[in-house]
Amino acid sequence: MTAHFPILQVIIPLFAAPLCLFLRIPRLVGVFAIFVSAAAFLISYGLLQEVITHGTISYKLGGWPAPWGIEYRIDTLNSFLLLLVSGVSTVVLLASLSSISRELPQNRHTYFYTAYLLCLTGLLGILATADAFNVFVFLEISSLSSYTIIAIGTDRRALAASYQYLIMGTIGATFILIGVGLMYMMTGTLNMYDLAERLPAVYKSKTVLSAFGFFIVGVCLKLALFPLHLWLPNAYAYAPSITTAFLAATSTKVAVYVLIRYIFSVFGIEFVDMSLPLGDIFLILGLVGIFVASISATFQLNIKRLFAYSSVAQIGYIILGLAIETQLGITATLLHLFNHALMKAALFLAIGAVFYRIGSAQLNHYAGLGKKMPLTMAAIVAGGLSLIGVPLTVGFVSKWYLVVALLDKGWWPVAVLVLLSSLIAVIYVWRVVEWVYFTPPRIITEEVKEAPLSQLIPIWMLVLANIYFGVDTRLTVGVSKLAAQSLFGVNL
Amino acid sequence: MLLSFLALTAIAITRMGDLFAVVMLSGIYSLLSASLFLDLDAVDVAFTEASVGAGISTLLFLATLKLVPRYEKKSRYKPALALGVVIVTGALLIYGTLDMPHFGDADAPVHQHVAPRYLNDSINEVGLPNVVTSVLASYRGYDTLGEVVVVFAAGIGVMSLLMVSQRTKARALTKVPADMQHQIILRIVAKMMLPLILIFALYVQFHGDYGPGGGFQAGVIFAAGIILYTMLFGLSLTQSVIKPVFVEMLTAFGVLLYSGVGIVCMILGGNYLDYDVLSHDPVHGQHLGILLIELGVGITVAAVMITLFFKFTWRTVKHKYNQ
Repeated sequence: MTAHFPILQVIIPLFAAPLCLFLRIPRLVGVFAIFVSAAAFLISYGLLQEVITHGTISYKLGGWPAPWGIEYRIDTLNSFLLLLVSGVSTVVLLASLSSISRELPQNRHTYFYTAYLLCLTGLLGILATADAFNVFVFLEISSLSSYTIIAIGTDRRALAASYQYLIMGTIGATFILIGVGLMYMMTGTLNMYDLAERLPAVYKSKTVLSAFGFFIVGVCLKLALFPLHLWLPNAYAYAPSITTAFLAATSTKVAVYVLIRYIFSVFGIEFVDMSLPLGDIFLILGLVGIFVASISATFQLNIKRLFAYSSVAQIGYIILGLAIETQLGITATLLHLFNHALMKAALFLAIGAVFYRIGSAQLNHYAGLGKKMPLTMAAIVAGGLSLIGVPLTVGFVSKWYLVVALLDKGWWPVAVLVLLSSLIAVIYVWRVVEWVYFTPPRIITEEVKEAPLSQLIPIWMLVLANIYFGVDTRLTVGVSKLAAQSLFGVNL
Repeated sequence: MLLSFLALTAIAITRMGDLFAVVMLSGIYSLLSASLFLDLDAVDVAFTEASVGAGISTLLFLATLKLVPRYEKKSRYKPALALGVVIVTGALLIYGTLDMPHFGDADAPVHQHVAPRYLNDSINEVGLPNVVTSVLASYRGYDTLGEVVVVFAAGIGVMSLLMVSQRTKARALTKVPADMQHQIILRIVAKMMLPLILIFALYVQFHGDYGPGGGFQAGVIFAAGIILYTMLFGLSLTQSVIKPVFVEMLTAFGVLLYSGVGIVCMILGGNYLDYDVLSHDPVHGQHLGILLIELGVGITVAAVMITLFFKFTWRTVKHKYNQ
C-alpha cells in the first residue's frame, strides 16, 4: 500500500470530486470533502517521513519506465509542499461548512466542493509529477477549477475578476505549453530528469533559449510576480472567503515551486546564468514589487484587497530569495513559502469569519469589532504581526533567513531595503488595528457575536501553527535546508 | 497555401465587428488547421480539431450569440501596450524557430529518443495498430485522464455559474418552440442524418484502436448529433428522451470509470493505470483497459457538451420568455 502513496494522494481527491455530484446533499458533500482532504494530508505526511528516511521515491504510472511513460518523483522539496497544500486545504475545509452556507446559495454547494477538490487534485498533481507535460495538464485542472470557485459566489464583481484571471491564466498556460513544446522538439523527451540530461547538449540553441523565456514568463504570470500580478487583487477580494483562504495559501506557492523545479532540476542553474540575467531581473522585480504592492496595500479600503496586495509583496520576498541563487537564499524562499501560506490562510479565514457575522469586508465596517469578536480579531492581529515579521512568529523566521542570505551574498543594501519594507507592513497592519480597536462602532449592531466555534477552531489552529513554527523551527528549517541542498546537489 | 489562408482568416477575425461572421470564420479557421494537421500526417489531431474546433465550438458560439447582440461595440481604446507585447512574443517565437530541426528531418531529436519504442514495440507491448491510441491511452494514459478531468472541470464551471430556476426549466418544457421550427427541409434532412451521426460516433468510439478516432472525437460527434436535434425539434422533445440530471451525472461517471480502471489495476497488484494486470495475458489486459478508458472519455466529453448546450438554451428561454 505504501508503495502507492505517491499517486494515492492525487487520486483520492480526483476520484472523490466526481463522486460529489452523486452525493448531492450539501452538508454531506462538505463533510466528505473534509475526509478526502484529510486522507491526502495523512498520505503526504507519510510521504515526507518516507523521503526523509529513505530518500527520493519514484513511481511509474501505467507501469511504463520513465521517458516513455509518466513518472511521479517525490523528493524533500515536493513532499514538503505536498504536506503544506494538503494540510492548509484540510484546515480551510473545516471552516467551510458554516462559511459556505452563509455565502453561497444552497444549490451551488455541491459544485463548489467538486471544484474545490478538483483544484486540490490539480495542485497536488503539479507538485508530485516529474513530467513536463503532466505539469501543464494538472495546471489546467487547478486553473479551471479555481476560476470556478472564484466566480461561484453571489458577488457579481467576482465574475469580472474571474474572467480577468482566466484570460491572464490562459496566456500563462499557453506560454508554458509553448516552452514545453519547444523543449520536446529539441530533446525528444518530456521527463524532467531526462530533460536535464539531454538539454546541455543543445544549451546554445536559440530554440532552447526561447523555450526558457516562454516558460519563465508563463510561470511568473501564474505566480503573480510584479508587474504580472494585475489579476490577483480583484480575484482574491471578490471570491468567497474560503476560496480566498485556500488560493492565497496554495496556488501561487505551487507556481513558485514549478519555477524552482524548472530552474534547478530541468534547465540547471549554469544554463540560467549563462543565458539570461535572471537573478538581476528577479532582484529588481522582487524589490519593486515589494514596495509598490506594500504601498498600494496601505491605501485599500477593502480588507481582502489590502491583504491581497500584501500577498503580491510577499511574493516579492519569495522571489528575492530565489534571486540570490545560493543555498541560503533557496532555504529562505522555501521557508517563506511555507510560512506565508500559514499567515495568509489564518488571516483570510479570520476575515471570512467576520464576513460570516457582519456580511462585509470593508475596513470601516470593522470599527469597534475588537470588543464584539475578540478572538477573531486577536487572530487577525497575530497574523498581521507574523506578516510584519515580529519575533516568535513564523514571519520572523523567514525574514531572518532572507536577511542572513542577503548579507551572506554581500547584498547589504538589499537587506536594508527588506527591513525598510517591513515598516510599510507595520503601516497597513496598524490601519487594521486602528479600525478594530480604536474607532467607535458605527454600523455594527448589538447582535454581532463572536464567530462560531466551527470557524474559530480552524482559525486558531492556523494561528497556533504560526506561533509554533516561529519557535520550533526544526521541521521547517530542517526540511528547507535539505531541499535546498538537494537542489544544488543535482547540479554540482 | 494553407498557412496563408490561416493567417488571412485570423486577420479577418480580429478586424471584423459582426460577431456572427466571426463565429463562421473561426469555424473556417479550425477547418483550415485541421487540413494543416492532416498535411502533417497527424490524422487523429486533425480529426479532433475538425470535430471540436469546427463542429461543437461553433455550435456553442452560436448558442451564446442568441444571448448577446450581434455586433461588437465600437471602442476608442487603442491598446498600444498589448500590440507591443504581441510583437515581442511573435519575435521571440520566430527567433526560436531559427535553430529548430528542419521540417521532416529524420534525425530530429523527437524521432530519435522516445519515439522508436512507441513505433516499434507498441504492437507487442500494447497490441494496437494505431500507435497514437497506444501512446495516448497507455504509455501516457495518465495525461489523458488529466485531460478528461479538465473537460469535467470546465463542465462543472459552466454548471455552477449558469444556474437556472425550476420555473425556467418547466417553461422550457412547455411553451417554447424550437428555434428552427419552420425549417422543414432542415428538419427532414436532420431526421435522416441523426441515426447516421450517432452510429458514426459509436464507430469512431470503438474503432479508435485501429484507425483515427477515440473517445474525444466520438463524444463530440455524439453530442453534436443531440444538439442538432435539440436545435430543430426543441428542448422539450429532447428532454423526454434524455433527462438533464442524468446527463449531469454522466459527466461525473466518465471520470469515475477512467480513474476507477486505474484503481482496479492497483487492487490487482499493478501500478496505477497499468492495464497489464487486468487479464492474465498482458496484451488482452491492455485491450480491455483501453476500451474502458476510451469509453469513459467518450461519456464525459459527450455529457459535458450536451450539458453546456442545455444550459445555454435555458438561458435563452429565460431571456426570451421570463419577463
